[in-house]
Amino acid sequence: MLNYVKARILSLATSLLLSSMIIFILLEAVPGDAASFMLGINATEATINALREELGLEKNIVIRYLDWTTGMMSGNFGVSYTYRVPVQELILERLQVSLPLTIYSIFLSVLIAFPAGILAAQFYGKKTDYSIMALSQVGISIPNFWFAIILVLIFSINLRWFSAGGFSGWDSGLGSGLKSLTLPAISLALPQASILSRVIRASLLNTLKEDYIRTARAKGLTLRQAIQNHALRNALIPILTILGLQFSFLLAGAIIIENVFFLPGLGRLIFQGIMQRDLIVVESVIMLLVFSVIIINFLIDIMYLIIDPRLRR
Amino acid sequence: MINLTTKSIAILLILLISTGISLALEKSITIGMQLEPPNLNPTAGAAAAIDEVVYANVFEGLTRFKPDGSITSALAESWNISSDGLTYTFYLRSNVEFHDGTKMTASDVKFSLDRAISEDSTNAQKALFTDIASVTVVDKQTVKILLKTSNGGFITSLAWGDAVVVSEKTISQAETAPVGTGPFKFSKWIKGDRVELVRNSKYWGEAIYLDKATFKFISDPTAAFAAVMAGDIDAFPVFPAPENLSQFAADPRFKVIVGSTEGETILSTNNKRPPFDKLEMRKALAHAINREEIINGAMFGFGTPIGTHFAPHNPDYLDLTANSNYDPELSRKLIKESGYDRNTVITLKLPPPSYARRGGEIVASQLRKVGLNIEISNLEWAQWLEQVFKGKDYNLTIVSHTEPSDINIYARPNYYFQYDSAMFQHLIKELSGTTDPKMRSTIIQKAQVMISENYVNGYLFQLAKTGVANKKIKGLWENSPTQANDLTHVMWSE
Repeated sequence: MLNYVKARILSLATSLLLSSMIIFILLEAVPGDAASFMLGINATEATINALREELGLEKNIVIRYLDWTTGMMSGNFGVSYTYRVPVQELILERLQVSLPLTIYSIFLSVLIAFPAGILAAQFYGKKTDYSIMALSQVGISIPNFWFAIILVLIFSINLRWFSAGGFSGWDSGLGSGLKSLTLPAISLALPQASILSRVIRASLLNTLKEDYIRTARAKGLTLRQAIQNHALRNALIPILTILGLQFSFLLAGAIIIENVFFLPGLGRLIFQGIMQRDLIVVESVIMLLVFSVIIINFLIDIMYLIIDPRLRR
Repeated sequence: MINLTTKSIAILLILLISTGISLALEKSITIGMQLEPPNLNPTAGAAAAIDEVVYANVFEGLTRFKPDGSITSALAESWNISSDGLTYTFYLRSNVEFHDGTKMTASDVKFSLDRAISEDSTNAQKALFTDIASVTVVDKQTVKILLKTSNGGFITSLAWGDAVVVSEKTISQAETAPVGTGPFKFSKWIKGDRVELVRNSKYWGEAIYLDKATFKFISDPTAAFAAVMAGDIDAFPVFPAPENLSQFAADPRFKVIVGSTEGETILSTNNKRPPFDKLEMRKALAHAINREEIINGAMFGFGTPIGTHFAPHNPDYLDLTANSNYDPELSRKLIKESGYDRNTVITLKLPPPSYARRGGEIVASQLRKVGLNIEISNLEWAQWLEQVFKGKDYNLTIVSHTEPSDINIYARPNYYFQYDSAMFQHLIKELSGTTDPKMRSTIIQKAQVMISENYVNGYLFQLAKTGVANKKIKGLWENSPTQANDLTHVMWSE
């Protein structure tokens, strides 16, 4: 088991190093210059060069890469070209929106998907199963930005229960913060819940074919009890894998939903950074995401071991 | 027991009502903007969004723009210009304080202007101030500026957001927490979401009505529409989707505000790259364009046709649209005569704004009709700056030039139009040496005629400022002489 963890850590470090190089080289190759973007079409060449000098863009690419990576190790991601504040400050600000939003929508998604998936498996081939599967099909097919716009139309413009978007900030209270994340979280959770419920159903159905379930049923357990006590835990591995993927996807992949609700999240930070050629921000955020994906996968791998003792051997 | 509960409920109710009342009494406004400013320092960036938040609200200069585009005094109470036009003496107001409590004096003015013209200045409009030879502090309230050559537009240049007076003590934080002299103080900036300003109770000028102003940034047009409809936004002075304006106009809660801007929207042409290095080809281009069709199709009818690079609301404007009236027959004839080969691809590179993307499709179809082989490519701004603006790797592009009175850009031979005319350059030199208003307008009109007759670019339309606001709001700028949301006179009626 220790060897397994060691091997995972080594591959984790290698992936981080390689991805930092790829990210840096790819983005440096993008045409466009932050300084000319900021100064616009009336600025003289000399002014643009003065700004490039000030931003440190005139330095050699290798030196800039080393500055960036060594800085990151000590938690210093550099200074944003356009905002002129430390990148980690920007990221922390955005994480205050993106992280709660991700957790909120995963929570909603789990809240819907588990009962739905279990019910569908329990009533396999019956009306309940069919209607849950039909609903999840709809949930997957509806584009979430469209669903988001419909939510805004109903709950913001007509009913006026929620504001149409924006983020009030946590300093105005937990309640108002959560309230401004509710509609976005619902629109993000819908497709995730649909996918998750299908995975839960399929995984449960597979497990239900196992011998030990037959034994459990023979002992006199109802199907429901057998699922709760025996099948669910064993069906968790594929479900966890999907949940891990969804988590990293939601953390940065909510760009479109963030745009519909004009939320200041990580996705929009990347988007803005790309538009303004604020490459240091883009590089750092992507690096952070790579890091979180790798860490989440690592944690999920470890969780496999906890859930399934057979893997520990 | 029961008594106690009723009591506490009563207290709770009173509390609720009183907070409700205090909320209602707070005079605040929420302004919607499509783009977020990259930072809040107007002297270190060209982004219009910076001025749209801080101009006249947080920062002020010696002079300022009035809503009608004329210039009035701001931090300078008055000024003298020597008869040779080289020495400007400004007399400052005596009761001006920065938001951090320090007094604004002549040395702050000197610091601000020296900073703009210095070697390592990163002022986006440095060119406006290159005529300054020196700035001297005469006494606490008097500043003398010496120019290298007389410059008739100098007082106007000082009204730009790039010329605001800043304090040496606080300039380093201006990007994130600006300290100015204006009627509003910076309060906070939730990046990606909003900037909040609060009233400056020690403002030197007339007291303002608002206690608080919030600028909220919504880039997506659909989201912007929803936010206005839901009442989250009180005013959206430059609304990103003209197609929604009729819907707002029909709603009794809102009013649609249509005004003019300084944005000449032009079909910029590379004057040194074939086939448009030939005058007759550029003339053919001009006659192939149907401006009405573009304004109706791309801008939903908002916009004024122009025939030269000048704003129609300016008193010096000449209507030269007749030079380039829609005449596809003439255009075809000119193209034939010039010997243009149909296989030569003409690139039309379009930046992101909808006037360019939508207008570009219409322009392309009009040009194809007269036999030009047009290839459209869509670029983002950073690419556009790199390829078109800096690299001059293009035939045609569509851009709105939003700086006020910027006809002098035609005198820069290496500007992206690649228009190199000694006669025009001479004319602009003459203009900047002239201070007599009458003479100036004659020269300005001559310049308008010259670029129109040289068909330097295709002149399309003057961009309209189309916005929406709650009906009860008064005092917003209708026009846009500079890109700003001056809130000094904004109030709620009733």
